[in-house]
Amino acid sequence: MNKWYDSSETGDNIVISSRIRLARNVKKYPFSCRLSEEQAYNLIDDVKNSIKNSRTVFGDSFDFINLNEKSEIEKHSLLENHSVSPELINKNKPSAVLIKDDETVSIMINEEDHIRIQTVFPGYNIKKAWELADKIDNLVEESIEYAFDEDYGYLTSCITNVGTGIRASFMIHIPLIEMFGQVENLGQAISKFGMTLRGIYGEGSEPLGSIYQISNQVTLGKSECEIIDALKNVTNQIIEQENELRQNLMKNHRIDLEDKIFRSYGVLSNCRKINSKEAMQLLSDLRLGIITGILETNGDVNIYKIMMDIQPGNLIKNMSKNVSADERDIQRAKYIRKCLENNI
Amino acid sequence: MLCEKCNKNSATIYYQQIINGEKKEFHLCNECASKMQGVPSFDNMFKGFLDSFMDMGNVGYAKQSSFACPSCKMTFDEFRQTNKVGCADCYNAFKRQFGSVLKNIHGSVRHSGKIPKNAGAKLYTKREIEKLREELKGAVENEEYEQAAKIRDKIRELEGGNFNE
Repeated sequence: MNKWYDSSETGDNIVISSRIRLARNVKKYPFSCRLSEEQAYNLIDDVKNSIKNSRTVFGDSFDFINLNEKSEIEKHSLLENHSVSPELINKNKPSAVLIKDDETVSIMINEEDHIRIQTVFPGYNIKKAWELADKIDNLVEESIEYAFDEDYGYLTSCITNVGTGIRASFMIHIPLIEMFGQVENLGQAISKFGMTLRGIYGEGSEPLGSIYQISNQVTLGKSECEIIDALKNVTNQIIEQENELRQNLMKNHRIDLEDKIFRSYGVLSNCRKINSKEAMQLLSDLRLGIITGILETNGDVNIYKIMMDIQPGNLIKNMSKNVSADERDIQRAKYIRKCLENNI
Repeated sequence: MLCEKCNKNSATIYYQQIINGEKKEFHLCNECASKMQGVPSFDNMFKGFLDSFMDMGNVGYAKQSSFACPSCKMTFDEFRQTNKVGCADCYNAFKRQFGSVLKNIHGSVRHSGKIPKNAGAKLYTKREIEKLREELKGAVENEEYEQAAKIRDKIRELEGGNFNE
């Protein structure tokens, strides 16, 4: 089964992926911080059954994963693929996740909220992501009564999510805005529109490979479609800015840009040992090189896929043995060299 | 060190004044500082700081901190420490306190988005009745009695439907 991040759509342009997250709670249980162990197990069963026993095509395409039975490495790999949140894997209470075979949908159970429905699509496809999340939400609701208030909407564990409970986000690659030191300014500018900018792995994560997530902060008083439209408007402006910087650089400083990209290509295609932070930065240059046409590929290179595969947890999982950090850096270099060989 | 003004109380405030480049330094007690023009009183500053908490929902701080949600027993103090709501009923129990916070965060206190199916039909009727009542009020004010009667019948119909449901 191809995963969403195998799609070439993740490589075309500034927007790598589009994501929707819905926060929901079950009416009959207290919220997560007040949930007993027994209630947590019942909650997990209720949500699992709402999907697995549904009389739709969806049921069979979901994999149920009990996170308490998984090793740290396996959990980290799920995190690196964005199937689960850091909060879910660090939880010491019973928790689980349902993941669709192509990884476009994950339903986290007993995270900060009882249920977190998350959908993700490659490229600029936020509407598709919302439609799918809406559908899954309706499916869960057939057997589960949500905590809902006429005035406050969907009730959530944190009052910053109350209302629609929606977080709509784009994952964007903005190497030039970052190169010109404009990320902080950008963050401040978009906050005026009720949006926020975070690192690749969401809240509290540090930026890696010039990849950021832009998402809405306001969830109450605006409909889902209004929130998504506002996010699209702001993101379109960021795309425009990044494109403008790119064109400017290509026109006036092309040789410097080429030099940077080819140096990065030189290191990645020859290195024998590399840590994930450096690799992410150099891969970011490569991605820019491919988009601008400075680097020519035979179409088989998916830089974002490589970025995901070289994260520590995924690397170890794909090697299926426990290794030291040193060994990991050697394997990472080898993997990248193999991916680039004959393709660029 | 004693206050430079009264020479009685101990100086708790150090105040530096620069006017036209001329620097003056004062070591003052709280009392003298509050009498002096331009010196912010720490008492007042601190009071304002606490007031902003007490003002939340216009309920006395002591009263709201010990008040607990009847369902999950979470107190408002506990909520403030963790920022996590205990259960769905907390939203009702702390409605007044949450109201101003939500207004600050979201700029609104009323949901306008997806409605779950099981709550949906009733809620839709309720919102419709609210709207019609407004229209009825307008019609009566404008002395459009025929129109008002029509609206009244519509409301009755909706209320009846709701009752049967």
